[in-house]
Amino acid sequence: MAVDDATITEVQLGGRRGGPDVATLRTDKWWKLPVTTVAVLSAFIVYATWAAFFGTSNFFYEAHNLLSPFYSPCLGSICKTQGVTSSPFLGWWQLSPALIILVFPLGFRMTCYYYRKAYYRSFWRSPVACAVQDAHSTYSGETRAPLILQNIHRYFFYFGLVFNVLLTIDAVQAFIWPGGGVHMSVGTLVLCLNASLLWLYSLSCHACRHLCGGQVRNFSKHPIRHKLWKFVTPLNAKHMQFAWMSLIVVAMTDVYVRLVASGTITDFKIF
Amino acid sequence: MADLTMRIWRGDQDGGELVDYEIDSQEGEVVLDVIHRLQATQAPDLACRWNCKAGKCGSCSAEINGMPRLMCMTRMDQLPEGPITITPMRTFPIIRDLVTDVSFNFEMAKRVPAFNPPAMPEGGYRMQQIDVERGQEFRKCIECFMCQNVCHVIRDHEENKVNYAGPRFFIRYAELEMHPLDTNDRRELVREKMGLGLCNITKCCTEVCPEHIKITDNAIIPLKERAVDAHYDPVAWLGRKITRRTKRSAAEAAADRP
Ligand code: SF4
Ligand code: SF4
Ligand code: FES
Ligand code: FES
Repeated sequence: MAVDDATITEVQLGGRRGGPDVATLRTDKWWKLPVTTVAVLSAFIVYATWAAFFGTSNFFYEAHNLLSPFYSPCLGSICKTQGVTSSPFLGWWQLSPALIILVFPLGFRMTCYYYRKAYYRSFWRSPVACAVQDAHSTYSGETRAPLILQNIHRYFFYFGLVFNVLLTIDAVQAFIWPGGGVHMSVGTLVLCLNASLLWLYSLSCHACRHLCGGQVRNFSKHPIRHKLWKFVTPLNAKHMQFAWMSLIVVAMTDVYVRLVASGTITDFKIF
Repeated sequence: MADLTMRIWRGDQDGGELVDYEIDSQEGEVVLDVIHRLQATQAPDLACRWNCKAGKCGSCSAEINGMPRLMCMTRMDQLPEGPITITPMRTFPIIRDLVTDVSFNFEMAKRVPAFNPPAMPEGGYRMQQIDVERGQEFRKCIECFMCQNVCHVIRDHEENKVNYAGPRFFIRYAELEMHPLDTNDRRELVREKMGLGLCNITKCCTEVCPEHIKITDNAIIPLKERAVDAHYDPVAWLGRKITRRTKRSAAEAAADRP
């Protein structure tokens, strides 16, 4: 048949399907994963909300220069009263400084390809597990507002990088204590771990992989981009793990700073 | 004593039901072996497709205890105790028993604008190994269509079939879009008419692929990022206005469908 003679025939809809009309025939414990996802993400959301709205003291431990990642950069006026000297202030902002900041990491994670999978499955149940019926009768995926906005994920990735730099600066500053000299404590290590995991999370991002080199058709003509792509590709394969680890560690870092700043525990000094 | 219960869907366009067959288990068998033994003994009219019995032809796709699997690659001793349910692929119209009409997939295959290399004297095409390697993963596809079957976009929403290439063809689009010698630009086509935006990257296609192709990570997400380049990203849009466009448009590309 000549190429021009080929016609595109319409897809025939309908026709009876085989198998019984049930939501799923799966017999394994497919609900375990979505239930765990809902539990962990909800716990994080509840904690982050509390930390941003109500935890407006004890987010900074002055003696060891430890600043909670939820409050960095510390922009609000309360930062001055808490003794934070390392960040610029917005004197007019009376609310929790965490509110200005959390929008970006929140947007970054909300539009992340991995978290999208996680919450579309577990919260939206579309589908809750493979070969289990979608909980909704109509479906338009990410083709309409608001979900079409997921396509701006790369801009959140750029903002994410800025935050990584700021949190890295915080981690470095935590080595320099107000009394003078370079010191290290468990808290310093916690801040370093947090910053490293956030870097790994960002560098393993799918948008990052695309922008590094995934975009090009011709690796052989773009050797540097190919190298970058080869560097981030193995990280990208672990994106899910980094997503969970960095989420949990960022909350734990905040908890740690608060416990230390409130005097509940001591920040053990290493040197 | 028969120690196995095979609960198999029997039926056609007029309807059907699950039928239980009791049969002895034998060591080292896969599901397809048991189906064949049933055909040889109790159910000579049981319809199923198969060909290679080696996980390479993609004919024996079915749903085993509710999950899409190749019957020839599913070992009986790895299935849990109790009756084993075997049903046909859910997403496609039934022909009979375990055999479905998969022509939807061939329709979508026809819609993919063909590979279009630049005109060059004979023997003039050259590709470097790193560029060749990139598409190899996608070439492993055996067209079992289990990814198409599990994809909720069409499994649970029949109406989406009209404009949805599905994961199997997203890997084809991705392969062509990553081909250094191809001159077509299919990005707008996949975004607008092939339903790329309908996929919500929930990765069931990747979970069921017997060839372990990372469909979502290596094909669909890269396509989605290309759609962002071509359509959603305001900065990239500005960049395109300034620099000269070199790739052919979706309309031009669509014109050379096979
Ligand atoms: S990731 Fe996309 S294409 Fe794959 S099964 Fe899910 S919705 Fe379908
Ligand atoms: S991509 Fe994998 S699951 Fe889909 S048709 Fe090919 S081999 Fe089968
Ligand atoms: S951060 Fe998860 S994909 Fe970009
Ligand atoms: S018979 Fe060929 S893949 Fe199973």
